[in-house]
Amino acid sequence: MLAALVIVFREVFEAGLIVGIVLAVTGEVRHRNRWIGGGVLAGALAACLVAAFAGALSELFEGMGQELFNAAILVTAVVMLTWHNVWMARHGRQMAGELRAAGQAVADGSKSLLALAVVVGVAVLREGSEVALFLYGVATSDGGSGVSFLAGGLIGLVMGGLVCLLTYRGLMRIPPRALFATTTTLITLLAAGMAAQAVAFLARANWLTSLDRVMWDSSSLLSDRSLAGRTLHTLIGYTDQPTEMQLVVYIVVIVTTVVLMRLTAPGQGRRPGHAVPAE
Amino acid sequence: MSPSMNMVRNLSLAAICAVATVQAAFAIAQDATEIQVTYSKGQFQPSELRAPADRPVVFRVKNLDPAAMEFESDSLRVEKVVAGKADGVVNVRALKPGRYEFHDDFNDQARGVLNVQ
Repeated sequence: MLAALVIVFREVFEAGLIVGIVLAVTGEVRHRNRWIGGGVLAGALAACLVAAFAGALSELFEGMGQELFNAAILVTAVVMLTWHNVWMARHGRQMAGELRAAGQAVADGSKSLLALAVVVGVAVLREGSEVALFLYGVATSDGGSGVSFLAGGLIGLVMGGLVCLLTYRGLMRIPPRALFATTTTLITLLAAGMAAQAVAFLARANWLTSLDRVMWDSSSLLSDRSLAGRTLHTLIGYTDQPTEMQLVVYIVVIVTTVVLMRLTAPGQGRRPGHAVPAE
Repeated sequence: MSPSMNMVRNLSLAAICAVATVQAAFAIAQDATEIQVTYSKGQFQPSELRAPADRPVVFRVKNLDPAAMEFESDSLRVEKVVAGKADGVVNVRALKPGRYEFHDDFNDQARGVLNVQ
């Protein structure tokens, strides 16, 4: 039972952190629960589908289907997170101001909510498919151990939910004025870390083998398998043996986000209600 | 043309270059050592494996059990879910000599080791 708890908790931990952050980011936006809840539900359903077709998925691309699938959904999340940051640079300050409750802001906000719902869905999908496979395997195995394993798995899921709640509560303690800057930084690093993870998957699939020298090994200092290491891995993309390509991509994502945010930040005196994206 | 349009164009150019590099790298991939491992009744067979140093390794994991397993190793830096009654391919970069342990992440009883010389 404890083994099942640990396995499931380890998988849902990352998703819990990400959902918590997204909840804090969307703190005051109306209808956000509907969107985030929808993202979690869609992610869970997709996870069951992926688990059901895990064998077929693996066989794609000469056995590298799983790796490429993971890389693809991570890249999707990176694009959505970056887009959210850029969008917020344009509209966020206005929304945080007088327009927070106005109808226009809610209508605009739903575009950004869709992006974040996708991010949540992708996080749940990635972690959830392994949980589904594991629990399905346990449930179909014979004997009474199955029940206690399932119980352990369920407790693990609940603990993942607690991680989500703690992350959210922790972030909501930050004063509103500092919250915007904090979440922007968090989302940027989250995106950079996911991009570096995508690089690792592409490397495993032999699709991206250039610049694959390991830059350093800090596993003796902080293993990315420890709880602290895993937390940092999710939040800022910490890896104890990063390759050159991972580092390059990490920095490129951060720089790109900062540049795009600068470029799209609103000019002076623009009417908030009429601000529409340039493209 | 607005700066952001330029940005988009530069980014797409960078993406095209990246894809070209990836394909070039793909073509010159080194000859890898292939290793067959069977997973049955919650155990790896064989559980002691050998591979030469400084060459990439490809594990072909055959899961004979009905339940899924996850081939995982911290030192090899791999994790791969292999569905029940299915095969999985795991690529590992060229390795230094040493002992590399691996296990089934869904079952801590199943352990094995790769000796690289």
